[in-house]
Amino acid sequence: MQDANLQLADLQGAENIRPFAETLRDTGNFPLYSKDGLQTMQMNIGLACNLTCKHCHVEAGPDRTEAMSRQVMEQCLQAAVRCKIPKLDITGGAPELNPDFRWLIQEAKRLGRQIIVRTNLTILEEEGYTDLPEFFAENDVEVVCSLPYYTEKDADRMRGDGIFKTSIRVLQRLNSLGYGREGSGLTLNLVYNPGGAFLVGAQQGLEADYRRVLQSQYGITFTSLFALGNFPVGRFLAFLKRSRNFQPYMEKLAAAFNPATVENVMCRDQISVGYDGALYDCDFNQMLGLVSPAKHISAYGADSLFAREIVTANHCYACTAGSGSSCGGALE
Amino acid sequence: MNTYYDPKDLGKFATMGEEAPQLWQKFSEYTAAVLEDGALSAREKSLIALSVAHAVQCPYCIDAFTQGSLEKGANEAQMTEAVHVACYIRGGAALVHGVQMKNIIKQVGF
Repeated sequence: MQDANLQLADLQGAENIRPFAETLRDTGNFPLYSKDGLQTMQMNIGLACNLTCKHCHVEAGPDRTEAMSRQVMEQCLQAAVRCKIPKLDITGGAPELNPDFRWLIQEAKRLGRQIIVRTNLTILEEEGYTDLPEFFAENDVEVVCSLPYYTEKDADRMRGDGIFKTSIRVLQRLNSLGYGREGSGLTLNLVYNPGGAFLVGAQQGLEADYRRVLQSQYGITFTSLFALGNFPVGRFLAFLKRSRNFQPYMEKLAAAFNPATVENVMCRDQISVGYDGALYDCDFNQMLGLVSPAKHISAYGADSLFAREIVTANHCYACTAGSGSSCGGALE
Repeated sequence: MNTYYDPKDLGKFATMGEEAPQLWQKFSEYTAAVLEDGALSAREKSLIALSVAHAVQCPYCIDAFTQGSLEKGANEAQMTEAVHVACYIRGGAALVHGVQMKNIIKQVGF
């Protein structure tokens, strides 16, 4: 696991890259503030994962032990209710590995929250987790599934041998429960990530390709595709440096800055909670240790969450490049 | 300099406008418009450009449109077929330059 300060030093020390804050200032958006009403609380409930994907900004893996406690989960739920944040976006690692994962989902449903779970799919074939698709359906969970490409070779190169085939089986199972089927009310979204040091393509075209290939070859349907860029953070940052792609990748991101994306960047509409309850503006800031002025979920208040000043650094160029990128896909 | 081609030179392309700014501007506007979605998608155009890049054996174009095709969601199989189209038109001399494309994929990919 890389030191957060060293990662930040790399990002801020990239040559010929205008500091993101200065670029924002030119657009009249510095400092950047969150909106008055937040739509999403993203909860990173643990860094353990059964996979070690090459593009993972979290550096999640089987050796990670950090996990959100039930006490912090309770504080998150209280904050979501009192601040009227309708959506809980539960991520990790593989969030399913947290021992209180099912409790969290059931409590969130009882409290009337909309629930999103970001799943790597393969965990749903591991012993002890195979009943989760039914559990998701019973609790109206929206699933967002990592499937970085629609061909086995490209997907396995990023995630490991055999992962694509397992993912396909799990997607077929989710489909059999109604997920991703029209009229079922069960949402199944897929996530694309570029297979290396290049920018994300147009979401619409990629979605059409995913639909065509997955339907014709595997009979799989889904609700939407989210095209997410790779962030120069964590394991992907290490790859960029090791392969000497760091400098050109940062230059590409900065050159592709699109001021039209700033209005809708996800940090303006969400708060991100770390496994220990610390608050951040996004999951990437979380991995870089860029704590929000709102500080900790136990001391939250609507005043501290809304219209808070957002912490930015050069990795933010990944959210504003081209059509923009967010946990919900392209921004425009 | 020990080679005529330096990847960094691609970033200096715009210096061709220094002595002819109006011509450069027209060229830039035209090329941007050519590559936009139209009757052909931007990705199809990028794959055509990748194919032609191999036929004319331009390392700068191969670099630009390998990465451009990847960015538009194309995969290595599709890009390889585009190169075979160039081969069909121009023969084996074009095909051998696919090695450059593969080198770039190896450089930027996992």
